[in-house]
Amino acid sequence: MSNLQNWIDKNTYHHSEFWDLKKLVEAKKKKNLTISLCLPTLNEEKTIGKELIIFRSELMERYPLIDEIAVIDSGSNDKTLEVAKNFGADTYLASDILPNLEPKRGKGENLWKAIYQLKGDIIVYVDADISNIHPRFVYGLVAPLIYRDEVKYVKAFYDRPLAFSGNVRPSGGGRVTEILVRPLFSLFFPDLTAIIQPLSGEYAVRREVLEQIAFPIGYGVETSHLIDVYHKFGLEAFAQTDLDKRVHENKPTQALGKMAFGILQTFIKRAKALGIFEKAEHETILRQFQAKRDQYEQNLIEIIEEERPPMIEIEEYRKKFKK
Amino acid sequence: MKDFSDLGKQLYGLEDKLKKYREVLLANLVMIGEIPAPTGHEENRIQFILNRFDEAGLTDSSIDDAGNGIGMLNGKESEKALLINAHADTIFDAKTDHTMQVASKEIMGPGVADNALGLAALTTLPYILEDLEIELNNDLVLLAGVKSLGRGNLEGIRFFLENNKFDIKNAICVEGIQLGRLSYSSIGMLRGEITCRVPETYDWSRFGDASAILTLNEVINKINDIRLPKRPRTSIVMGSIIGGSSFNTIARDATLGFEVRSESQEVVEKAGETISDIVLEVSSKTGDQVELDIFAKRSPGGIPYSHSLTKCARSVMESLDIEPRLAPSISELSALIDHEIPALTLGITVGEQTFKSNETIQIEPIYKGLAQLIGTILAVDGGYCE
Repeated sequence: MSNLQNWIDKNTYHHSEFWDLKKLVEAKKKKNLTISLCLPTLNEEKTIGKELIIFRSELMERYPLIDEIAVIDSGSNDKTLEVAKNFGADTYLASDILPNLEPKRGKGENLWKAIYQLKGDIIVYVDADISNIHPRFVYGLVAPLIYRDEVKYVKAFYDRPLAFSGNVRPSGGGRVTEILVRPLFSLFFPDLTAIIQPLSGEYAVRREVLEQIAFPIGYGVETSHLIDVYHKFGLEAFAQTDLDKRVHENKPTQALGKMAFGILQTFIKRAKALGIFEKAEHETILRQFQAKRDQYEQNLIEIIEEERPPMIEIEEYRKKFKK
Repeated sequence: MKDFSDLGKQLYGLEDKLKKYREVLLANLVMIGEIPAPTGHEENRIQFILNRFDEAGLTDSSIDDAGNGIGMLNGKESEKALLINAHADTIFDAKTDHTMQVASKEIMGPGVADNALGLAALTTLPYILEDLEIELNNDLVLLAGVKSLGRGNLEGIRFFLENNKFDIKNAICVEGIQLGRLSYSSIGMLRGEITCRVPETYDWSRFGDASAILTLNEVINKINDIRLPKRPRTSIVMGSIIGGSSFNTIARDATLGFEVRSESQEVVEKAGETISDIVLEVSSKTGDQVELDIFAKRSPGGIPYSHSLTKCARSVMESLDIEPRLAPSISELSALIDHEIPALTLGITVGEQTFKSNETIQIEPIYKGLAQLIGTILAVDGGYCE
């Protein structure tokens, strides 16, 4: 699996590598690219205003990196759209885009409709609930697409500082990632375990990729993207960027249960379609992450679930109990 | 004084023109406000501001030995300098959640008014002046001053004033709120703390008597009884009180934070002496340890109401329909007065809940406040205040 480590070393960035926005804007101009920022919302009045101010100031007014900012809303009943309009975003109700289609409600729906509504060659999706918003949430994700033509899909990951000792710390995603998605990927798509936070809601993608993949409208959208892009374009199409800390409201375990259930449905659907379950042998190595200073490396743990047969099949047992 | 109508033409429509800088200004405000900067620990905030000065092409920007952030915009003539100052520290400690919340019409967060907005105005000024193609005759020195509040006692700006090499002609201090404030003089002030401590080996037979809170209460009552003159105007502000640890344990210590303010230096000093006597008296009467620590003083002074700089600022305010509210100041203005630099303090917008974590400012009046600041800079720079 040193290939996977090679991939990690080559395709994993830290946002600070792209601090030079002037250079980034020049490279974008040279490649004649347009970039759209999509903020999917549902009742985000507390955080949307700040996100818009910062993105417009830093990435439109000062450094023209993004060409449009759109808020696509699922039907907020707070002031999300009023605040967004006030701070100069193009605002859309998801149900008003492609109105001839039967409307569906979910974040994936908004992301999918953004492909139709927005104009950019690259679309960057950023959740609207981030309270420590910073321009890096956008430039950190679009930069690998601007500088490297072969990269098609850039995923965010964040430092979640858990209790750690010495200079090695566990690093990875949230609870659903570590308990559900990473074990599933370790079993069926070991290459995808190289993505440190497969469920992060921030990513930048080329239109040519977005228009070719299906979008679950609910919790499964991130998982399905990874499987589908991997299947169509291979691991080389991905890159990932460390965006440091992301502060948002923590979800209760029950909400995570719902999320896990949605993800599992999406996963099973894809695994069946790709004939993954029919494979004779599954992997027995769980692939987790640890970070040594700035280096991320995989931690491979062999877990073989051996079984004993029913006791009735054991001769000595049958003799002892005369069965 | 030069004919002010010429300047009026420059100011015409300025407020509307400034609306296009909303995002740039508010982004600076939010980003500055979210960097904690308790007095004495402002370095991250100063570094951010310095980065902004660098981005705006202010090649001479630097951090001085006191930790102040200084930006310099060269003037065409470059003989004299106008100083714009905003203090960088806040009363909130680093553990406070500094998240700023942006609503349609207002922004809320700890220190947003005092003084993230003042700093944002200072930081955005070079960007705005360049974009509006305003070139000044004199140098514009932008100072984000550290260690200003509380025990900081204006240390940052005092260091700057004692050690800088500029020929500062005038100065403007920028505060986030309130729009319309016009401070041109300082009152006399004395700021201190009184701490009462119960000795470790206290007499149990006194039961509830031996409490630092009760002792401090005695001090407070006596301070409250001090007779203050109506003229010159004088007041004693009992600003904060900290003491004790729980419901059922006798308070071992209690501290009062207070400030004496007066138009007369003599009255301030006399009140200070009386408080010192009270502390000695209560200490000897109760046997508790009572200590007085005076850590900040200001002398009254400043420019007169009729000074050309004040007149100039009032004219600018008038042209922008701002009602001037005259109030003395005990902040950075005092340090400038001590150095005999004619100076003013201006506010940028209206706000409320000052010094609370839900401190709030209004967005809309900011353009007027900024127009007032730029107008006053143009007036000073154009020789209208001489």
